Amino acid sequence: MKTIMDEKKVVKAPRPEEKKKEVNTVYSIENFNLWYGKDQALKDIKFDIPEKQVTAIIGPSGCGKSTFIKALNRMVEMVPIVRMSGDINYRGKNIFENKYKVEDLRTKVGMVFQKPNPFPKSIYENVVYGPKIHGIKNKKILDEIVEKSLKGAALWEEVKDRLNENAYGLSGGQQQRLCIARCLAIEPDVILMDEPTSALDPISTLKVEELVQELKKEFSIIIVTHNMQQAARISDKTAFFLNGEVVEYSDTNQLFSNPSDKRTEDYITGRFG
Amino acid sequence: MQLVDQAKVKSRMQTRLKQNKVLKGVFFGTTIFALVVLVILLYRILTQGIGYLDLQFFQNFASRFPEKAGIKAAFFGSLWLMAVIAPVSLIIGVGTAIYLEEYAKKNRFTTFIQINISNLAGVPSIVFGLLGLTVFVRMLEMGRSVLAGGLTMSLLILPIIVVAAQEAVRSVPKELREASYAMGATKWQTIKKVVLPAAIPGILTGGILALSRAIGETAPLLMIGALTFVAYLPENLLSGFTVMPIQIFNWTSRPQTEFHDVAAAGIIVLLAMLLIMNSIAVLIRNKFSKRL
Repeated sequence: MKTIMDEKKVVKAPRPEEKKKEVNTVYSIENFNLWYGKDQALKDIKFDIPEKQVTAIIGPSGCGKSTFIKALNRMVEMVPIVRMSGDINYRGKNIFENKYKVEDLRTKVGMVFQKPNPFPKSIYENVVYGPKIHGIKNKKILDEIVEKSLKGAALWEEVKDRLNENAYGLSGGQQQRLCIARCLAIEPDVILMDEPTSALDPISTLKVEELVQELKKEFSIIIVTHNMQQAARISDKTAFFLNGEVVEYSDTNQLFSNPSDKRTEDYITGRFG
Repeated sequence: MQLVDQAKVKSRMQTRLKQNKVLKGVFFGTTIFALVVLVILLYRILTQGIGYLDLQFFQNFASRFPEKAGIKAAFFGSLWLMAVIAPVSLIIGVGTAIYLEEYAKKNRFTTFIQINISNLAGVPSIVFGLLGLTVFVRMLEMGRSVLAGGLTMSLLILPIIVVAAQEAVRSVPKELREASYAMGATKWQTIKKVVLPAAIPGILTGGILALSRAIGETAPLLMIGALTFVAYLPENLLSGFTVMPIQIFNWTSRPQTEFHDVAAAGIIVLLAMLLIMNSIAVLIRNKFSKRL
């Protein structure tokens, strides 16, 4: 069992003091509720997500963290019985407004899933899938996109000689980084990651974590994880979800070293969850 | 105290083993029964028909004389019919399957459609013949043409194609669709680039098996009045026509025994065609299932 001391050790590594510069908000969630049929999965969610930082969503299984992240790009609407109320504003615009097209939203907000889900196509075709559906046909530009995205996902060196091989031939960790590359290829603004390392071995996990650190220079990242150490290692902000509510949302340092809520403390010290 | 009497167990052992052996034989027998009947049938047909099976058989039209009778009109009639059935039933069938699986909301109406499609698959083919006669031949005045026959047969196999295509579409992993939608793809782009490529082997396999049912089907065509004695090839979609099963039926109903041998030759051709089509279906399935 992990004690609070371990947690402190993890976050003890001196974090560069956040500069007091103004931080823009990418997402601002206001009184958001969500039901699956009659069961309420999210209750009155309310917080702001900053730009170009890593925001971690933690919490025990079934607390609504995956549902929440899927609401951010409206993937949650693929479940037929879902109902929602309240607002999620992305860059100042309510994404549930009628004239807001999901296709538009998802072009700016990419997503990496729990299980690597490359298409049964070549590595190259996987990366250019997004650009192609948005109408980019120029082979030269596509080639450049592939190189840039794969480099961005730290996969280029491993696959540059076999871009035309089927993506299913890659290892699990490579597949997940390919999915990240595929996501980068449409040059999104935000990247949502739904437990991206839960199906990976520790070394692949480490690579993805390093990648996240790299990516946050350019993208705003929201990552769901059930691994608290991971949240502590890679995130700037952390939201702790429990039974569909946000129990605590603050700077990661703060949340792990000095949680203000008893339930947060119990969770991060491993007393439940 | 010992509850299990070892001596009795030993004496019962023989009966148990014997029982085991007997039942194995029984089940083997049931399998062999079907096989033997099939082999006898094939043997009779082959020995009867092989003598008539030569190049001439494919080059000649129907004739009053058995030695001159050929399957040309029926063979090409069947091909013409397939040329109508394949595109019509595949396009409508796959379209329906995509609508039901990808677009339709799950409500009472779609459930109603779904149940009806499954029920249609069980409707006797003669009923489809009646439908074709009323709608295509008479109402739409297509006459006893290839087009009317093809459309009737398309209706007959549509339910099979729809169900097969639905299953193929449904078996495409949800994760792949999600990956596509999450990148801002529209529904149609996702269907075109992700769902259909993954579903195509299943759709083709189901489609070919359904087609091979259509090619052996006789009743609906008799109903709409496909001709039984044809000495010409169909020239266009409105030409009269005959097909192999009808030609075979016609030959077997003649009094001269020579014609029964001609019929056997026709059956060989029909069976060979079915075998080829089914093999293609299996090949497609194997080829694509290896790639994934």
